[in-house]
Amino acid sequence: MTETSAHQEDMSWQRETSLLGVWVFLLTEVLFFGGLFTGYAVYRSGYPDIFSEASRHLNVLLGTVNTAVLLTSSLTMAFAVASAQEGKRRPLLIYLFLTIALGLVFLGIKSTEYHHKFVEKLIPGAHFSYSGLSTREVQLFFSFYFVMTGLHALHMIAGIGVLAVLAFLVWRKKLDPSRNALVEGTGLYWHFVDVVWIFLFPLFYLIGLRA
Amino acid sequence: MAPRVDMLYFFLIAVAVFFSVLIAALIVFFAVKYRRRSADEQPKAIGVDVRLEILWIVIPFIIAMAMFFWGAVIYLSMAKPPANAIPVYVVGRQWMWKFQHQNGKREINELHVPLGQPVRLIITSEDVIHSLFIPAFRVKMDAVPGRYTSLWFEATRAGSHHLFCAEYCGTQHSQMAGQVIALSPPDYEAWLAQGATGREPLASAGENLYQRLGCTGCHMAGPTAGMTVRAPGLQDLYGKRVQLENGRSVIADEGYLRESVLRPRAKMVAGYQPIMPVFENQVSEEELVQLIAYLKTLRSAEGGTEGSAP
Amino acid sequence: MTAAVEPKDNYLTAGFSLKSWLTTTDHKRIGVLYLLSITFFFLVGGLAAVLFRLELLTPPGDLVSADSYNKLFTLHGIVMVFLFLIPSVPAAFGNFLVPLMIGAKDLAFPKLNLASWYVFVLGGLFALWALLTGGVDTGWTFYTPYSSTYSNTYVSLMAIGIFIAGFSSIFTGLNFIVTIHKMRAPGLTWFRLPLFIWAHYATSLIIVLGTPVLAVAILLVGVERLFGIGIFNPAIGGDPLLFQHLFWFYSHPAVYIMILPSMGVVSEIVACFSRKRIFGYKFVAIASLAIAVYGFLVWGHHMFVSSQSVYAGLIFSFLSFFVAVPSAVKVFNWTATLYKGSIAFDTPMLYAFGFIGLFTIGGLTGLFLATLGLDVHVHDTYFVIAHFHYIMVGGAIMGYLGALHFWWPKMTGRMYTEGWSKFSALIIFIGFNLTFFPQFILGYLGMPRRYHAYSPEFQVYNVLSTAGASILGAGYVIPIIYLLWSLFRGKPAGPNPWGAKGLEWEKTSSPPPVHNFAEIPTVTEEAYNYSGTNEQG
Repeated sequence: MTETSAHQEDMSWQRETSLLGVWVFLLTEVLFFGGLFTGYAVYRSGYPDIFSEASRHLNVLLGTVNTAVLLTSSLTMAFAVASAQEGKRRPLLIYLFLTIALGLVFLGIKSTEYHHKFVEKLIPGAHFSYSGLSTREVQLFFSFYFVMTGLHALHMIAGIGVLAVLAFLVWRKKLDPSRNALVEGTGLYWHFVDVVWIFLFPLFYLIGLRA
Repeated sequence: MAPRVDMLYFFLIAVAVFFSVLIAALIVFFAVKYRRRSADEQPKAIGVDVRLEILWIVIPFIIAMAMFFWGAVIYLSMAKPPANAIPVYVVGRQWMWKFQHQNGKREINELHVPLGQPVRLIITSEDVIHSLFIPAFRVKMDAVPGRYTSLWFEATRAGSHHLFCAEYCGTQHSQMAGQVIALSPPDYEAWLAQGATGREPLASAGENLYQRLGCTGCHMAGPTAGMTVRAPGLQDLYGKRVQLENGRSVIADEGYLRESVLRPRAKMVAGYQPIMPVFENQVSEEELVQLIAYLKTLRSAEGGTEGSAP
Repeated sequence: MTAAVEPKDNYLTAGFSLKSWLTTTDHKRIGVLYLLSITFFFLVGGLAAVLFRLELLTPPGDLVSADSYNKLFTLHGIVMVFLFLIPSVPAAFGNFLVPLMIGAKDLAFPKLNLASWYVFVLGGLFALWALLTGGVDTGWTFYTPYSSTYSNTYVSLMAIGIFIAGFSSIFTGLNFIVTIHKMRAPGLTWFRLPLFIWAHYATSLIIVLGTPVLAVAILLVGVERLFGIGIFNPAIGGDPLLFQHLFWFYSHPAVYIMILPSMGVVSEIVACFSRKRIFGYKFVAIASLAIAVYGFLVWGHHMFVSSQSVYAGLIFSFLSFFVAVPSAVKVFNWTATLYKGSIAFDTPMLYAFGFIGLFTIGGLTGLFLATLGLDVHVHDTYFVIAHFHYIMVGGAIMGYLGALHFWWPKMTGRMYTEGWSKFSALIIFIGFNLTFFPQFILGYLGMPRRYHAYSPEFQVYNVLSTAGASILGAGYVIPIIYLLWSLFRGKPAGPNPWGAKGLEWEKTSSPPPVHNFAEIPTVTEEAYNYSGTNEQG
């Protein structure tokens, strides 16, 4: 059970160590989003009907498309990790670029949605305006919407940045993917960000569909 | 309440002193008895004794559970005011305490109460969180903006007692203090009656407000046949269980009445449309107290005392 | 003991330039960097304490204005908690010792370790910036809606500082967890680990799981201040209590972040100066994990009078009493270790004795606060202040000073003067008790905390407390002097001046070389095998 120090130089040991680091990091991320989900839950249980009403102002079609885009990017990421493990450089590069591209598509759609909300004056703050009765509670819904999807988007941007660096290193042959856990670790992170969205999507877009 | 809390306190003191002294004495005794006598001294190894470990897991646990139950019993009776408690409404704000008595008498940073009779404070805040603390009665409760909290006590000693704000609330936090003045019942009655002319009791002030805000237009006392019922009747509402539109139900306590005036759509009564206007920022905390005091007096002829609190 | 010679090549002589320190990835140097930075913050926080203790000498608020007083106690709380106590033992001594104790060359991620120090300094600079531009007056607890809507001070700036400093602690915790899992020397099984390592493992778990929730709470306060959207403002539909839940979900376990590492220190010291294996080693090790786990289930005991429901109060009180058990197990086992030992009274052992006694009082008075009916009265009074200072100063700082005196010879290769160090330990013990014991009485008499001016009947105890604080303050200055002196004039310590067990004492020099060990050691015996019989337990 104890890793011997003689092993401390060997590759599989390094890989395991890096991946354990990534897992522990993801644990902190779970708690980070967990705190936000708790806040969301508190207010939704306080104003269930108003949250459903506010939810209808989100574009379910765009949200669904984005979910599909993100799930596909997870697939290409998984292919990238597999290629890296097999040491296939060209497929790895292709899958990395595909993942980056899909990530950018997601962010593009997301910013379109943000823009719509801006036009509709549904951005919380001084310029918020809502024609219905429960302005304040609707504003709370949108606060959570922007904070949570915004932080999710920040995580996407960070992920795309890391993927771009990886792709560059692989392209310039500065990185031997089969000897390194970087691609695998980034893959874990990418899937995590995907999973967060899987929770965000129904909680913001779909709760209005019930009624 | 104070003697009960003090008994518990002395029990905990006894436990704390016993264990502190035990540990300190053992440390000193061992340290002296087994002090190192030569530099190369080598004590014999002692293996773990599981029986001992179990002993000092189980004993502290039992003592801790005794504390828990004792403390819980007191806490539960603190949370349950006697039925005959006199209600006094308290509003905290930066940096003063405002009190309103049933008969409309108001005071600031001073609270007069009768000896030997339970008093229930219904507390809220206009701005930040405060905490009403009366050390002599061993009671404390936060004043939270946007909701009602309550505490009760019974003064047993005449004279004035400290009243503090215990939750940090800004610059003059330490000045948000006052006195609770406990009077003998006749003195208390006399004090209440002082300056009664031209003062309106809370409930009748609430009734005027109720008329002025136009509540009667929809909340009718006894709708006659053929009229459209737009809003639920409010007779006997206080203390009753209300069935909500979303399938849940709530007890109509002061907190529920408050929320339903300010934000009627938060908890819609089953079978009614969300047509009532929002009164948030339309009525002050003090007016709200009057309205609620009035709503609590609305009793149908048949009595409807079931489940009602004072 | 062989004649002590200082090795020529060690981590301190590996480079003398500032750059060699600021770009180091050596865990020992990073430990020293942390030691210096947190000492700075300790002095800042201590100075604030001296000022407001002086203010409290007399009932009226006469020395400083109410506004300044509020900023002083806020400064004291924030700096001491976030910039001193949380990083204290783990970041300074944990960094230095974890690899040495488990027979590794460094931590798993040395660059991340250096990054954590820079992030800490950056967070600290933001906090200082907030303090220098005008201060913050919310208390270290940042209760909403005061902090989010009402306070006109530099709350956002301070929030950014704490948010950033949180990452430093996450990096350190992550590094420790991975290091302890993957880098133990051959033969060093989990139940052969020193209890210091167990304590740091438990601490790291809390850091990794708790800190992100504090980050969320602080972030939402920032968003609320920026946009005024009402998340915590009941006037626009928000719930001010949500903040308290999120805050204490981190900040109650944070108490264990501060105390657990010091418990690890005490285990090392007690074993060494009794020449015995810690009695009930496995129970003490598991108790650390138990405290870490229970710690996450009890946050609601800070909210018994907050309008939280009665049932929630009952559950949180019930669960809080569970924490008492592993704490008691530790105290009893340390005491039992002394039985038939060979007890020496070197300075570190004096601090360990101090820790055990004061932590016992701190822990037992914690029961008062977990007891529902009693907490209603003592909540937010000086009783609470006294209780947590017995834990954080009597416990955590005694452990920190114990560690400093125990491993100073290992870190610097020099011995300090025994007479002065024992004298200052005594002064600190007396000063501490005089400062904080009267506050228990003040609290039960009903003096609320965070009061700039108070009722004259409370003055006697406040005078005692202030007198104690000045003694305590002096007690803290003495070690700084003789420890600095020892760097230049201290006798060389030799690899193992205390005759202690453990890889850091037996297998490497003082100060250790850059790569810690000439060759990676192989472990064949239990921890604290002072009798040489390798007994189980």
